[in-house]
Order: sequence, then C-alpha cells, then structure tokens
Amino acid sequence: MSKLHTYLLQLGDNSMILGHRLSELCGHGPMLETDIALTNISLDLFGQVRNIFQYAARLQGGEATEDTLAYLRHERQYLNCLLVEQPNTDFAHVIARQFFFDAFQKLQLESLTQSKDADLSAIAVKSLKETLYHLRFSGEWMRRLGGGTEESHLRLQAAVNLLYPFTYELFVETEAEQEMKEVGIGVDLAKMKSVYEEEVHRLLDEVGISIPSQMNTYSKGKLGIHSEQMGYILSDFQYMQRAYPNMEW
Amino acid sequence: MIKTLLRIPQGEISEALAEVSDPEIPVLTILDLGVVRKVEVNGKHVRVELTPTYTGCPAMDTIGADICSALEARGFVPEINLVLSPAWSTDWISAEGRVKLVAYGIAPPLGEDLDKRALFEGAKVIPCPQCGSTHTKMVSQFGSTACKALFRCEDCLEPFDYFKCLT
Repeated sequence: MSKLHTYLLQLGDNSMILGHRLSELCGHGPMLETDIALTNISLDLFGQVRNIFQYAARLQGGEATEDTLAYLRHERQYLNCLLVEQPNTDFAHVIARQFFFDAFQKLQLESLTQSKDADLSAIAVKSLKETLYHLRFSGEWMRRLGGGTEESHLRLQAAVNLLYPFTYELFVETEAEQEMKEVGIGVDLAKMKSVYEEEVHRLLDEVGISIPSQMNTYSKGKLGIHSEQMGYILSDFQYMQRAYPNMEW
Repeated sequence: MIKTLLRIPQGEISEALAEVSDPEIPVLTILDLGVVRKVEVNGKHVRVELTPTYTGCPAMDTIGADICSALEARGFVPEINLVLSPAWSTDWISAEGRVKLVAYGIAPPLGEDLDKRALFEGAKVIPCPQCGSTHTKMVSQFGSTACKALFRCEDCLEPFDYFKCLT
C-alpha cells in the first residue's frame, strides 16, 4: 500500500476512534447541552472520516470501501494515536482529551489546506471549519473546569496529568508522515510542535493547571501498537460486522 | 461569488430542484440553502453536484434521494455527485432563504467569522427571531442539528435556534 494510503488511515483513524469514544457518551452526558455537543462533535468526526476513507478506498481499489476500512481491519492495522483511545473516565478526562486533540487537529488541518494533494486539501478546508467549533467548545470547558470549583480543578488536573503525556506521540513522525511531508502532501510536525505547546500551555497557565514533567515514551499507536483500551473499543465498534458479516444498515 | 456562476436550467429541472427541501429545515429549499453547485443536462440525463453543509450531515443522503425522485417524476435520469470543494459556506444561503429562516424562528447566520474564533473569542449579538431583541444569550454552541446553536432571548424568554456561521 502507498504511503499516502497509510497517511490517510492515520488521519482517519484518529477522528474515527475519538468519534467512537464520544459516541459512547450519547445519552450519558453530564447535562443535555453537553450531551448534544459531544455527539455533534462525534458526528462531525465521523463525517470527516467518511471523506478520508472514501478517498483511501479509491486509492486502494478492489473491494475496498469506506466500511471495510472502518470495520474490517485488525487491531494492529488501526493507526490512530494513543491519546484518542483513552477512556471517558469522567467529564474532565473527556474535555482534556478533546482539547489536546482539537488544538493539534486545528494546526494539522490548517497546514493540510495547503497540501499538494487536491483531495486531501479539500477535505482539510471542509473539516477545519468544524474543528474550530470543537476547539472553542473544549477550550471553554477547560477554562470552566480549571477555574471552577476546587473539585473541578482537581479533576481537570488529574486528567491533564494522565493525558498530556500522550501528546508527545502526536509529534513523533512516522515513516508515512515523513514521506508525505517531503513531497508536500503532509504536514511538518516539528514546525507545529512549538506552536502547539505555546497554545496549550497558555490555556493551562491561565487556569492554573500544571503540566506534568514526565512525558510518555509510548508512541507507537500510529504504527498500530495500541494501549489495552483498543481491543475493548474494537470489540464494541466491530461487533455487528463480525457477528453478521456484510450486513448493511 | 461562486453562486453567480451557478446556472440552473430553467423550466422543469429548476422546478424539480425547488421542490426539494432540507429535511431538517423544511422551509428552505436546497436552492435557498446553496448546496446545489452544478447542474449538467445531457438529453434526459441530469447530473447534479451537491456539497454537504457539514461533513457528517445525515440530511445529504435524503436530499440526494429526494432530488432523484423529483427528477425521475419528470422523466429525467438523475445522477448525484457529492463534491467537497469549494467548501460550503453559510454565505451561500440566499437572501430569500434568510428571510424564510427568520419567519420560521431560526436566526440566520451572521456574516464574517464572528462566532468561531478559537480559544479567546469575543461575544456576538444574535437578534431574537421572535421579538427582535438583541438581549440574547447562547445556551449551547451545539444545537438540534450540526448546523445550529441554541440561544435564548432574555426579553421574551423564548429559546431559539441560530444557524451557525460557517465561512
């Protein structure tokens, strides 16, 4: 498979697995408005994935469709980062995970709007508009939780302690990312990193949340080596296709 | 700007398209909404290019099916293509569509990128579509559908939908 195909799977799997995590909250949000917001964001992410996987399936040819890519791969063939597969422990974890991802995705999509690949650039232009809304939502909730009660502050700090170290992986370049950067299709992660840190740290400072000094060295999600969470996600996510092969909605 | 480039063959085809409305905002036709990007006619064969409002908008499949039925009913052979570029913008909602939105109780999108500056955005004023008051408050940035936010009027106390600006 081409490097572009692999790159598309990395991009798509991030949005899909995070979209799935958010869909788990449907009917379980802490209040009606946040429940609707989180599922709306999930819907946007799945919309973005559909565009990416339709394109990847065209590249792959043969029997591949957006659905085979979504449902019929094995765990090690999913190329999402570890951050997005972390569980919905509490609302602070949901928001911190979302904020760390949205801040990254905003920069990544901004850069991809300039991609030399016309399909990818069109998808990025479209998706970026939605991602700006997501970032606004998660950023505002970071402020509310961080500057809210003692309890909300403590919970957000706990979530940041656990999740911030996963942002390390976002900037560990894979072979596919390196090649796509070199041919002007992909993004330059090294350049993005300092902007990302500046934006994220600014918000964390503002609400008095400290940044853990220890970063994770687990950074192989994008290569298919996942945390223990991934198997549980897939057993739920793929259930219908595994139980009733080729079923259609 | 792109809108002016859009030429829809008058007569039966434009009539058929004007019959199709957004299933979630039935007062808007797809022409008001600006999602029809191109129409090519070759004899009885009609190819319609559609662009989604939001990438995950579930209404797009319904809209495609409704266009097919409206054209088939007039003896055409329709083909629907989804295109992403250029990306849909709320600026493409027609002036007539905006008037219909207000009459329906949905505040139409403000121009500019007033409502999505990430991280440190300023406040914005959305007039209440019921009483016209500008004393309104956003309840939730995400509303009943992907394209709307939920507001409340602090004067007449009615909740209302705001069609989010996407430019």
